[in-house]
Amino acid sequence: MADQTQTGARYRRRIAGIAVQVGLVVLIGGLVYAAAYNAAQNLARAHIASGFGFWNNTAGFDISQTLIAYSPATSTFGRAFWVGLLNTLLVAAIGIALASVLGFAVGIARLSRNWLVARLAAGYVEVIRNVPLLLQLLFWYNAVLKSLPDLQGSIALPGGSFLNTRGLFLPRPEFSSGFSAVLAAFFVGVLGAIVLRLWARHRQERTGAEFRIFWPTLALVCGLPLLAFALTGAPLTFSPPQMDRFNVRGGLEILPEFAALTVALTTYTAGFIAEVVRAGVLSVSAGQAEAAHALGLRPGATLRLVIVPQAMRVIIPPLTSQYLNLIKNSSLAVAIGYPDLVQVFTGTVLNITGQAVEVVAITMAVYLTISLFASLLMNLYARTTSVVEH
Amino acid sequence: MKRLATALAFATVFAFGIQAASAQTLAAIKSRGELICGANGTLAGFGLPDPQGNWTGFDVDFCRAIAAAIFNDPTKVKFVPLTAKDRFTALQSGEIDVLSRNTTWTLSRDTSLGLDFVAVTYFDGQGFMVRRALKVSSALELNGASVCVQQGTTSELNLADYFRANQMQLKTVTFATGDEARKAYESGRCDSYTTDSSGLYGERQKLAVPGDHIVLPEIISKEPLTPAVRHGDSQWTDIVRWTHFAMVDAEELGVTKANVDDKLKSDDPETRRMLGAEGQYGEALGLTNDWVYRIIKHVGNYGEVFERNVGQGSPLKIVRGLNALWTKGGLQYGPPFR
Repeated sequence: MADQTQTGARYRRRIAGIAVQVGLVVLIGGLVYAAAYNAAQNLARAHIASGFGFWNNTAGFDISQTLIAYSPATSTFGRAFWVGLLNTLLVAAIGIALASVLGFAVGIARLSRNWLVARLAAGYVEVIRNVPLLLQLLFWYNAVLKSLPDLQGSIALPGGSFLNTRGLFLPRPEFSSGFSAVLAAFFVGVLGAIVLRLWARHRQERTGAEFRIFWPTLALVCGLPLLAFALTGAPLTFSPPQMDRFNVRGGLEILPEFAALTVALTTYTAGFIAEVVRAGVLSVSAGQAEAAHALGLRPGATLRLVIVPQAMRVIIPPLTSQYLNLIKNSSLAVAIGYPDLVQVFTGTVLNITGQAVEVVAITMAVYLTISLFASLLMNLYARTTSVVEH
Repeated sequence: MKRLATALAFATVFAFGIQAASAQTLAAIKSRGELICGANGTLAGFGLPDPQGNWTGFDVDFCRAIAAAIFNDPTKVKFVPLTAKDRFTALQSGEIDVLSRNTTWTLSRDTSLGLDFVAVTYFDGQGFMVRRALKVSSALELNGASVCVQQGTTSELNLADYFRANQMQLKTVTFATGDEARKAYESGRCDSYTTDSSGLYGERQKLAVPGDHIVLPEIISKEPLTPAVRHGDSQWTDIVRWTHFAMVDAEELGVTKANVDDKLKSDDPETRRMLGAEGQYGEALGLTNDWVYRIIKHVGNYGEVFERNVGQGSPLKIVRGLNALWTKGGLQYGPPFR
């Protein structure tokens, strides 16, 4: 009887809890709906165009960096949106990759026993972390622009490249038909390397005999494609950029805006990642390293097999925030004229169409999606490094 | 359901509040005690605060004229500096009463932005500035050039049109403000800087050595620069529109800042109607009958404002051209005071 009363009370509490949550959802939904309805009414009353009909209208403006085909004459505002989005993703992806490498290096360097290396790393972190990113961005942009020569005085780099205020112009690789064989060879090589590694680990677990996989892996990943490249008769040529009256024509162009934004985001975020890495490494108790040494592991193997796997558990969550910060900070591109999503879409498109509510809502949804996706990937990765409880 | 009703009640209150705020611009300005004017903030000759914080310029004087008409005091204006990108949002949201910021009147802006353009205060056209050392004498020689331009302007669109129409290659570098675009041009990022030709003269003054740069002869577009107000308040639209016409008509009738007191005693019936010596024309607008007298006394007529800010009395030395009175071969034409 007493048992039943307890179950009944628990049941009622649960029902009450659900009711409160449902009520909250209804309230929030109602507020969102009311705000949207109110905004639509006010826009209509003020005779401001609304809706998403502008998406398929011709854009009519030019964009300096386009990863997909785009022409002001025929492309739509929707196309301009994708151009801006891809530019954002490009700078974010490259920034995350470079900031991770630099951040890990600086973080480890700060823990170095070498006094000079540790102090330099500490100085880097303190300077970078304590100057606003916008100022750093303007510094890099002006430093890049002001220090480069104009078109006439272009610096000719080996291999037919040019460097001037308009950017870095590299020979553009032209792939002929046989190149797919090289790509295939590369994928086979990577696959082979993975199989080899699994096999080596399995063998070591079974027999204890270590198999050095470095040279065979290198041969598979680099040697195999090179062999295919030679056999198919070098199906890759480079078309060098040509000096023109005003600009460099052809070739692969890296805009100074892109370079400045990448450098600024990389160095800035690396300063924070370095601290995250340092904290992660310090979180692994010294006893772990001592135990590894006692077992006869070399310092390199200790770091790779004992310290890093444990440090990663601590590093991943704050590292995710830094990646998300970098993605969002890329919108500062607007200050230096790099055509990212914010510059193209909430800048030019918003101004031409005048539809602030729609354009800003789309942009916010996009950043939210990108950030949630990045977060998801990092959480999946974090799961692989988490402690397996037995 | 109760909660939904509460939410809807919130929304109703919010909607009602907004509606009350958007009506009767003139009454709101009077009770506030000052006009809020959206201006450029970085363009010499049109809208620029000096080192002491005093705003000067052609577009700025237009707002001072409106303030003079309402308050008999041209200083009762608060200027809000706006970028090209933000200007329409500022007007739509009610942050400013009037947008007087070298803004081109176009069909799509007039119809889809919820605003009304009043009267063309400056007939302009888009031009190109290049370095003298580039040895270019025509915009048609700019094939393949990099051009710096400000974002969210008609210049950005005309630029793409012009290069396309002439089958020329173009590399656009777009910046949020005119200042940033000019600085990038000056640092060599672009071969050319493009904006309205009046703006080019203003921006050239800010370059380290203005003489090293030339403005090319081609005018590639029509840029009727026009103040704008929110759609839906006809009284306010009329006041802003007739402020411009009053200044144009004053010039045509020979009424200047210096002689306006004498002209009050003039025998010319139109002059008398304009200055409020006869008729109830000002009260019909919701102002006082001497509203034009106040404008001319404090700010001056159209020609005086032009010459002082952008013409021969300024470093820009722009000739009247299309902005001369219609009686002198230009396009400035004020409807009659009757």
